[in-house]
Amino acid sequence: MGTANYIKVDPPEGYTSPGIFATMFDKVVGLARKNSIWPLPFATSCCGIEFMATMGAHYDLGRFGAERLSFSPRQADLLMVMGTIAKKMAPVVQQVYVQMAEPRWVIAVGACAASGGIFDTYSVLQGIDRIVPVDVYVPGCPPRPEQIIDGFMKVQELVGKEPLRRRYSKEYKDLLESYGIK
Amino acid sequence: MNDNRYTTLNLGPTHPATHGIFQNVLTLDGERIIDTEQTIGYIHRAFEKISERRPFYQITTLTDRMNYCSSPINNIGWHMAVEKLLGVRTTKRVDYMRIILMELARITDHLVCNSIIGVDSGALTGFIYVFQEREKVYEIYELLCGARLTTNVGRIGGFERDFSPEVIKKIYEFLDHLPKVLKQFEKLLLRNRIFMDRTINVGPISAERAMNYGFSGPNLRAAGVDYDVRVTSPYSSYDDFDFTIPVGTQGDTYDRFCVRQEEVWQSLKLIRNALDNLPGGKYVVDVPEFYLPPKEDVYSKMEALIWHFKIVMGEIGAPVGEIYHSVEAGNGELGFYLVSDGGRTPYRLHFRRPCFIYYQALPEMIRGGVLSDAILTMSSMNVIAGELDG
Amino acid sequence: MDNAIITGKLKTRFTQGILSVDEQGDMLTIVAAKEEIHEVIRFLKENESLGFTFLTTLCGIHYPDQELQLGVVYHLHRFSDNTRIRIKTFLPLENPEVPTVTDLFSAANWMERETYDFYGIIFKGHPNLKRILNVEYLDYFPMRKEYPLEDPTREDKDNRFFGR
Repeated sequence: MGTANYIKVDPPEGYTSPGIFATMFDKVVGLARKNSIWPLPFATSCCGIEFMATMGAHYDLGRFGAERLSFSPRQADLLMVMGTIAKKMAPVVQQVYVQMAEPRWVIAVGACAASGGIFDTYSVLQGIDRIVPVDVYVPGCPPRPEQIIDGFMKVQELVGKEPLRRRYSKEYKDLLESYGIK
Repeated sequence: MNDNRYTTLNLGPTHPATHGIFQNVLTLDGERIIDTEQTIGYIHRAFEKISERRPFYQITTLTDRMNYCSSPINNIGWHMAVEKLLGVRTTKRVDYMRIILMELARITDHLVCNSIIGVDSGALTGFIYVFQEREKVYEIYELLCGARLTTNVGRIGGFERDFSPEVIKKIYEFLDHLPKVLKQFEKLLLRNRIFMDRTINVGPISAERAMNYGFSGPNLRAAGVDYDVRVTSPYSSYDDFDFTIPVGTQGDTYDRFCVRQEEVWQSLKLIRNALDNLPGGKYVVDVPEFYLPPKEDVYSKMEALIWHFKIVMGEIGAPVGEIYHSVEAGNGELGFYLVSDGGRTPYRLHFRRPCFIYYQALPEMIRGGVLSDAILTMSSMNVIAGELDG
Repeated sequence: MDNAIITGKLKTRFTQGILSVDEQGDMLTIVAAKEEIHEVIRFLKENESLGFTFLTTLCGIHYPDQELQLGVVYHLHRFSDNTRIRIKTFLPLENPEVPTVTDLFSAANWMERETYDFYGIIFKGHPNLKRILNVEYLDYFPMRKEYPLEDPTREDKDNRFFGR
């Protein structure tokens, strides 16, 4: 079995010895988590169709470990909000976010989810960061599948580097307080 | 209903089986549906209010996002509505190019709907086959206008650029390749025992009730009424072509699936006819008030510069009047009621959205059925949330 | 069928109800009084020689400069010979009430709710007249001309930079 077609990922920093590899717990857990993120596709409008194309055979998000979509927030890691969120829908997004278990990440796909997009009207929420904390924004109207994959890879980077105690820290609790999430 | 033996089940707004965000609160007796209460408006973006603010050539970004599975049809319908207000006749070449684009968009819309009916009944493979074909149509759109999904294609009076030889070659390749994939897709589902058992007599509606509810498009044709805007009030030279309109008998889910499938075959025939007989001529007619002049003229000629300035700064108005124009979109009769008071933006623009009008018939269609039938009925009606709420 | 024949039949049946007729536009446009509008539409639908059995669309409109400011516009369609007709009726701003046509066309149910949501026009006899597209707690009717498009309470977009 040659190695010509394989891209080797470097192992995290650590101490190697025959039969032993010692590293920090964060790094191993991060490596495992980032390659099997279970997304929750919260697809409301046009960006949802581009997401369906991203999950299809041509662009295949399943290669990154996101093959198993979870429509139940209790079983999901990543909330992908794709499409316009109206003010009527905002409480629903917050309820879905609250039901997700820690650690959870949010990606805002598309201009409407990031900032309201072209719809600067009385009925559209001007960006979901008004109601939930967002980790990655993917601009575009709609973003190409390559851009959505790029945003997903940035989330993978964040997941891989996250310190284990972040979710118990005071800054994170204050962040959730500022959104009114208990 | 406060009767204790009925269960209330909330379906939505976020639910894997409802494609789009709308809520149905079902009252169930075991598995049988007694009644349902619908809530929509979760993606209301106030298109009609926004369009009172935008000049006529900027409204295509809104029509794009109504039925986003087939945005060229919406855009071209809007351009035709403005041309009707201005009294402009387009050339045959423009008409044929528009027919090709609209039928390509119709194919993509019907393919999505039919594969999603498959997904909802458990057959995921057809969806994967079909989405690969949609990528080919996206490549054609990208060559024409630069965008995949929300295309903003065409201008008032015609198109911004002609079909290049590359585009024509790609369309012919698509026309040669799609029939093989469609036949594979049909082999999976069309005469499949399980699929037929799940979809025949599910969610039926009679022709009289469908007409009363304002149905149009494939849903109405599946109920037995042969109303197609392309044939009844032809636009854009559709009367030069010969195509059949498939009509169903019972108005159930299987009929809707078969009508859409046959319409895809008819669209392929239409595209090939239009492309083989594409006449020469200009790809845009002379509408100087709304069509930006070419850059070489803007830099060298005085009137082109003045027109460019007036159009971009928005100083040009449309004639006073009101018109109603409709096209056969993927879901039915998409109508534009435009009232103009002479200003640079419409005074009132009302979109007659087919999804909004036929979705209100859902309680009548699913009453008495079981829950899994309700899911299939909803997906066979092809409700697109962007068009529902507008 | 000729527009003149349709107008003739309507004027014979409704001597006071038809306020104006316009045949110059893209289709026959009739303005009817709000007391007679339900009977006009019923006559157009149920009379055998007229038979406009399809309600294409129903929408509202607001003219702040007119005396009767709010209006409802109905488009009807007859499939057999592709005839369309547009019927309008105008209502005063203080008391915008008009009878519903849901008993004639079930399609009018949600269309009238949408018109109520946007303009505040009350359809008497409607089975379920409440807001359909906007949030329930919205306390004004947004499509009327005096209200702005943007939400005035948003703080992230500064109107100075957006050219408004």
